Amino acid sequence: MTATVAEPPAFARIAGAQPSQEDLHDFLYGEARLLDEGRYDEWLALFTPDAHYWMPLDWGQTDPRLVTSLLYEDMFMLRLRVERLRGARTFSQKPKSRCHHVLSRPFVDLMDHEANLYRTVTPMHYVETRLDDQFLLAVTARHDLTVAEGALRIRLKRVDIVNCDAAFGNIQLLP
Amino acid sequence: MTAATITRRYTGNPAGVAALIRPAEVHRDVYTDPEIFELEMRHLFANTWVWVGHDSQCPRPGDYITTQIGSQPVLMVRHSDGQIHVLHNRCPHKGTKIAIDAAGNTGKFFRCPYHAWSFRTDGCLLAIPLRKGYEGTGLEGSEAAQGLKPVGAVHNYRGFVFARLAPRGIGFEDYFGAALSSLDNMVDRSPEGRLEVAGPPLRYLHRCNWKMLVENQTDTCHPMVAHESSAGTAVRIWESMEKPPGMPKPMAMEVIAPFASPYEFFETMGIRVWPNGHGHTGVHRSIHSDYSAVPGYWEAMVAAHGEDRARAILGENRHNTVYFPNCMIKGPIQLLRLFKPLAADRTLVESWIFRLVGAPDMLLERTAMYNRLINAPTSMVGHDDLEMYERAQEGLMSDGLQWVNVQRLLSEDEAEDVEAVENGTTERQMRNQFAAWRKFMLMSMEQGQ
Ligand SMILES: [Fe+2]
Repeated sequence: MTATVAEPPAFARIAGAQPSQEDLHDFLYGEARLLDEGRYDEWLALFTPDAHYWMPLDWGQTDPRLVTSLLYEDMFMLRLRVERLRGARTFSQKPKSRCHHVLSRPFVDLMDHEANLYRTVTPMHYVETRLDDQFLLAVTARHDLTVAEGALRIRLKRVDIVNCDAAFGNIQLLP
Repeated sequence: MTAATITRRYTGNPAGVAALIRPAEVHRDVYTDPEIFELEMRHLFANTWVWVGHDSQCPRPGDYITTQIGSQPVLMVRHSDGQIHVLHNRCPHKGTKIAIDAAGNTGKFFRCPYHAWSFRTDGCLLAIPLRKGYEGTGLEGSEAAQGLKPVGAVHNYRGFVFARLAPRGIGFEDYFGAALSSLDNMVDRSPEGRLEVAGPPLRYLHRCNWKMLVENQTDTCHPMVAHESSAGTAVRIWESMEKPPGMPKPMAMEVIAPFASPYEFFETMGIRVWPNGHGHTGVHRSIHSDYSAVPGYWEAMVAAHGEDRARAILGENRHNTVYFPNCMIKGPIQLLRLFKPLAADRTLVESWIFRLVGAPDMLLERTAMYNRLINAPTSMVGHDDLEMYERAQEGLMSDGLQWVNVQRLLSEDEAEDVEAVENGTTERQMRNQFAAWRKFMLMSMEQGQ
């Protein structure tokens, strides 16, 4: 069992005492690259221990708890997801899926140094493929970021799919 | 494939359809053949009672939802007198769908957006613009003047609305019989005896035949194999984690870990079959038996039902109950899945969750978690299953073999259309479904309809 890497990757480190807009942009592009390259241990190290990854099912959904979401996962579940992807008997990943993110310039909606909270909104196109199939999702990712030990970390990543209420086949990797 | 290229082998040939089902195996055409699919839509889905929706989706007069029974587009709507009606979603004038949103409120009447014919919420024709143009044309005698066509029969059972498309056929109580005990148990788990739909359903597209999904609901020999990757990995991570001794399992672990239970667990949990293709796993216990108690719930149940009755209700932990042909409920976690047939090789799975009215929110929290961990297009357990269905659908195209085996724990004298309880790894419920399949397919084929 591979343990979660506590040390975040270099792109998550901030130069000064507080993150700049460029730090935030570097972080978001760096995160997407880790997902595209399947570097999941480094990706898990980007999150705070109490973080969640949320993908609502309904447009404008406000509650992750008492109605269904596509995903609302804590670090235990994300780690399980990562371990499963490389499992010897994970037949839905034989052969493996691949994914590809194209980000547009992230908006920085909140720069609250005092509260140590930074909120970005990033429109992106997400492509996932396996065997002869490929699909495209247009999504908006909202990140609630915080600085811990000199590096940016994700507290909440919320991914809204523009057609979240459509019927989907398997979505096996993560936008 | 266009209709013209289909060789007509089964239409008007009830003996040929009956021959697809043998005691221990079924012919692959039941999964792959577009003509069989058409006949299922015309006969099976007309003669059986199919779940349409829950009346909490239409709390006020004029509230409606749109859905399908087999391939038939329908509306479920609450009329001004409080009655629920199920109507074909087709303007009797030119065929336009009356509503296309998943749910809405139409007020006192439906108005077709094409030519403004309007209909009461019980389907009756209300008004036609420039009506004098029909004077003397005999419109009163036409189909169009009858309004929105109702389905054959509707029954609202404790909030769960079922419909039969065929105007004549088996009655609701005769069709479900003792199988309604699973629905009763799910509803009785509310201290107020009432459920409410909580939010929209998951919608998961499967490139396989709808029956593969229904069979999977009582397939107890697959979890330890197909779900080793998700549930097995969850158990391994949990066991390897450094944690204080006696630390309770997180809710997600309680939900997912039982999928990794060994064969012995599933053998002893038991399977019950009922007439007309219904049945359930988890007679004696199930993967839902060991969830942690939710604070305040027992007290609310005792206050509502008394201690003995509360214990009896909560002591029942049925796993999956199949309501033939295409519905499954999980009473202990208030979840319903509907397997909507789209084509021989395409199925839309809707997974609905319910709030137990009067119970603590934490129960609904677990239900919502179960739904996203097990039934979502983004769920690991869902990925495990879909992979198997789609591989099966592709494998069945092989002409090397023609039959699919359903023989596990088959006994020589196995009776059809009876109630029985068996070892939890039997495939008897699959056989039970195919016996019902033949019965309700042939019911109208033999009358030459
Ligand atoms: Fe499964």
